[in-house]
Order: sequence, then C-alpha cells, then structure tokens
Amino acid sequence: MIDKAILLEKMKTSPYKPMKARIIEAKMVTENEKFFKIELEGKINLSHEPGQFVMVSIFGFGEAPISVCSSPTDKGFFDLTVRNVGMLTNALHKLNEGDIVGIRGPFGRGFPVDNMFGYDIVIVAGGLGIVPLRSLIRYIMHNRNDFGDVQILLGCRTPREFLFKEETKEWMRRTEIKFKCTVDRADPDWKGNVGLVTSLIPGVDINPVKTYAVVVGPPVMYKFVILKLLEKAIPDHQIIVSLERRMRCGLGKCGHCQIEGIYVCQSGPVFNYAQLKDFRGECHEGECYEKKI
Amino acid sequence: MKVKYAILEKQDLYRWVEYLKIKARLYAPKKKENLFVFGPVKNADEICLDYIPTILPPKKYYFPQKEKLLEFSIKPFKSEKAIKEFEEYILFGVHTCDIAGIQCLDVVFREYPEDPNYLNRKEKMTIIGIECFKYCDKYANCTSMGNNVPRGGYDLMMVDLGQNFIIHINSEKGERLVVELDYIKEAKPQDLAKLENFRNEKKKMFREELNAPLPEVYKAFSEYESFHSEVWNDVGRRCVACGNCTAVCPTCYCFDIVDELELTLNDGLRYRIWNYCQMDDFAKVATGEDFRKGRNSRQRHRYYRKFKYPVDKYNRYFCIGCGRCSRTCMADIILIETVDSIVDPANAQNYKGLIKNMPEVCQITQDTGACDDR
Repeated sequence: MIDKAILLEKMKTSPYKPMKARIIEAKMVTENEKFFKIELEGKINLSHEPGQFVMVSIFGFGEAPISVCSSPTDKGFFDLTVRNVGMLTNALHKLNEGDIVGIRGPFGRGFPVDNMFGYDIVIVAGGLGIVPLRSLIRYIMHNRNDFGDVQILLGCRTPREFLFKEETKEWMRRTEIKFKCTVDRADPDWKGNVGLVTSLIPGVDINPVKTYAVVVGPPVMYKFVILKLLEKAIPDHQIIVSLERRMRCGLGKCGHCQIEGIYVCQSGPVFNYAQLKDFRGECHEGECYEKKI
Repeated sequence: MKVKYAILEKQDLYRWVEYLKIKARLYAPKKKENLFVFGPVKNADEICLDYIPTILPPKKYYFPQKEKLLEFSIKPFKSEKAIKEFEEYILFGVHTCDIAGIQCLDVVFREYPEDPNYLNRKEKMTIIGIECFKYCDKYANCTSMGNNVPRGGYDLMMVDLGQNFIIHINSEKGERLVVELDYIKEAKPQDLAKLENFRNEKKKMFREELNAPLPEVYKAFSEYESFHSEVWNDVGRRCVACGNCTAVCPTCYCFDIVDELELTLNDGLRYRIWNYCQMDDFAKVATGEDFRKGRNSRQRHRYYRKFKYPVDKYNRYFCIGCGRCSRTCMADIILIETVDSIVDPANAQNYKGLIKNMPEVCQITQDTGACDDR
C-alpha cells in the first residue's frame, strides 16, 4: 500500500499527458522511412536506455509506440526513424523541422548493456530492426572500451531499403567493428552479399560463452536466426531479442501488448531467449519457440 | 468504530435511501425490461434489491466506457488532465460478486504506474453491498469462486433478515452514513444469531458450480496440454467475436485511446474507451502482423486472463462468478462448461451448450417475473 499523501499527489498528474517536443531535423531516408531528430522542451535529456521506446503523440491522430534510435550518450536530442505504415506514422511523415509532437516515455526495458559489459557482441538486424539496434550500436561506439569484439550483420529485402547509409559506411571503415550486410534480392548496382541474414551467421567467428547476440527484425526472422545462434552454442540468456506489439498506454494496463501474463510495454520489449522460449501463445510462428526448436 | 452491526427496519429503507440521495449521487439496481441495470436513483421505489446480475457491472461508474483523459489544443501545443474533480457517489445494493470485481480492478490500477483517473473515482466511491440469499441462475459460478459471501471491499453490507436489514459497517466512510440516524440502531445479539442462522441455511443452498475445486482449476490451466486443448478450437468455432463477454465482465479493463477533435480542428479531447481482446484487430500491429489471430486463441486468452495469469501475478482469480459472460453470449459459450472441460476433457463430450436445456434454477427472476419472456 502506498502512502496516501503520495497517492493524492499522483492523482493530480496524469501519466497520459505527453511532453512537448520539437522536431529539429527531418529527412526521408528511404522511400518509406523518415528520420526525425527531436528535442524535448527545455532541451532536457530523454534519459533512456538503448532499446527503449517512446509514445509519439500527434493530437487529433493519436499515439504510437516508436523505438528510440539514438544512444543516451547523444545528449540534448533523440532520434526516431519511422516507416509510413499506419495512421499515426502517416501523420508523422507529414511533419517537418520546427513542428511539434508530444512524447511520453521512455517505456519498457532496454538492452541489458550492464550485463553485456566486457562481452563480445554480435548484432543481427533484419530490415527495420536496425532502427532500435542503432541505439545500441551508437552506445557501444561511444563506450567502445567497455565491450569486446563487435560484429554487425544486417539484412534487407533490397538495396534500396538500407537505412543509415552514411553511418553503415562508417561502420564498414572502422576496424574495431566488423560489419557485413546482405540483401534478399539484389539490383544491378549491388556488389555485396545476396541471401537471407541467416546466411551470414555461419561465417561469424565467436567464443559463445563470451558473446551476447542481439537480434531485432520482423517476427518471421527470429526463429531462423535464433536456430543458427544456438548452433553456435550461445547460451539462451545471452541471445537478446526485441519484440513488436500493438500498444496503447505503455503503462501495463491497456492489454494490447500482452503475451501470456506479461505486458511487453513494461517487461519488454527486450527479452532474452531463455524468457522467450517459455511463452506459449500470442507469438508469431516465427517467434513461437514452443513448436520447438 | 463503536457499532459493528446495525439494524434497519424494512419500513425505513426508503427513508434511508432518501437520506443517502442527499449525501451523494446514488446509483442502484433497477429493472429494465426483463433484466436489471445500475442507474441513478430518482425515486426510492425504483430500486430493485432482488435482482440477478445487471447487464453491465457497476464498472461503468469507476471505469467508464468512454472516459476523458486529456484536453488538448494543437496550436499552441497544450494538454491538460481533462477531469480534475469527481463527485462523491454511492453504489447501492451491489452484489458480493461485483464487489470482488471492484477489488480486482483496484489491484490492477493501484499497481505501479498507478492510474490517476481510476484512483480519483475510487476515492469518491462508497459501496453499500447486499448479500444474496437466493440463487440467481444457472450461469453463475459465484460459490466456486468464493464470492457468494461478503469478503470485504465494501463500506456497508446489508443482509435481508426478513423483517429488517442487518448492516455490517466495514469502514469509517460507511459508518458516517448510519451513525447519526435514530432509525438505524445497534444490532442485538439475537440479530447476530439470526444472521448466523441465515448463513448456515445459505451454505446448504449454494453449492459449488464447477466440478473441481479452484486449486485444481488453476492447476489444469497451468498444464501444458490445456493450452492446446481441443476445447479452445470448439469454443473458437462457436464464437462470433462480438465481444459481449468482455464488455459485460466486471474484471475486464483493456482499453483503446482515441482522439476527438472539435469543429475548430484545433482543440479536442483524448478519450480512453473500452476495448475487447475478442476483437479481430486487438493484437494486430501496423504492418499487419496479428499476434492473436484465431477466435480460439482470443477466447483462450480471455479464460487465461481469468484463471491463470492474474493468479500468478496478483494471487487472485479474475473470474468473480457473476455469470454475465455466459448469460450474454450469443453462441452459448458457457464459462462453467468450458472450465469443466479444461479440467477434465471427458466433460467436453457431455456439454456443448447443454446447460441451456437445464431447468431454470433462478429463484429471483421467478419471483419478480423478470425471466418470463426468456
């Protein structure tokens, strides 16, 4: 039971009230994805963990959960990369520099960076999965000495869908990070790998006990990637995934994001495979580990 | 507290109701066609204390179907909590099962992060319960859930002893509504003995509706096989995904958030509205991925949210046994049958809407004529 005075204080405010935030940079990065740099009123820091999400609000349209794609070490602003796919994201795409949005959050649990301290990191991204992973990658870059070897594997459907082109070029140049990418379907200009992201995993050289693998992508991808990672003998709790769900409140109440007894908005979106494999329902076939690996 | 039990003579009931009406806004069960609803009381004689569970639970007063969350304006960007003050209100004549429902939502909304809208409303609520001594109908499973007897969560609890009501005073808030009245007197030992007697009689009449005791139900729901039971497919085939069962459930609290603009297209309100896990798009994300696709998995989710997940999380069953979901179902999905079939799959062969053909056991509706045209 919490103190009555604290309770009365809490009743005066509302967790549904968004903070005012200004878009300080906006640009289309692919045909369907737009990048936003956002500054909270008073230039306060969002103080998020890599992998957490915010509820973006446009009054009149509603709210949607969006992953933060900048690192907490980027101070004074944060980044979002949004695919135009629903009502809110459609409205968001019409906004530009100087426009105002509402922000609630950050919500959920991010990537367990404290546990990953000193470990080698393998990052596997499929399509839009690179967006939440960018927060982790940037965090690792800014704290490079805290981590061992870092390898990034990125898969996309076509070369045109590659996000963060400038940054990935830099990742490729940097010697202390290994970066590989592949596309499902090449176009005539493509000179890199062709095939699913899973095809990159066998070539990765790792010491499984000393490695954290972080996987984010569309639901269909998880099962196949996790299978390959298990083949590499990475322990269950060192395979990290981030799940996408419908969310309305971010407060563990509205019920949309529930997987069994767990609210993804509070206990996730980041889970490790040891947690995930116990889930029986409410998962995409790809995520549903029960059928079993 | 001086008095624990008080006595109200039956001829003074309306007098007391009038008194309560002055104290706060009063909501009580009233007859509506052949069923009952909770509604505001204009005249004391509208109140019907002999009733089967109302169409909607009193949830509509502390977790309204459409509730203002925020007032906003787009230019300049501004948002404010929409409702700051709630008025005092009394829920009168609430069944013990519905009180259990209020306790369930209390646990949910008081859990961090607390929900201020609910807390505001709960703070202003006074609950005056009434204990049932007649069996409502074949759909109820209150005895199995242990909610056929009062188990706290109310301010006052009335028990009909024939000539008079004995009132259990359970809070200071409740005490304030009876102490200053000369026609409500302290109960004497013989009244308490009578109450004891009534309760003993009641035990003989109220039998557990589910075949198995609750711990066994929980155990069955925890078993790996139950999740993939053929029962869910059967239920899923019959379900029409109308969402009635979740709309009338006192412990369902899922919601959606929607914005509504005024004609200026600049100012507006953000609402929270009830949403149902039985709806097709409930767990669907923008890219089209649906994480609870079939009606079987959505029905299963509903049952697990009553008999499994909340027990793990809050140590409390979120089925209170009111029977509303079965009573309102258009496809004869009966909770008692489903749960029995999960506990013992052999039961599944015997059921499938069978309960519908069972003789009416409802004592109340026969007396009040409420189920004449059912």
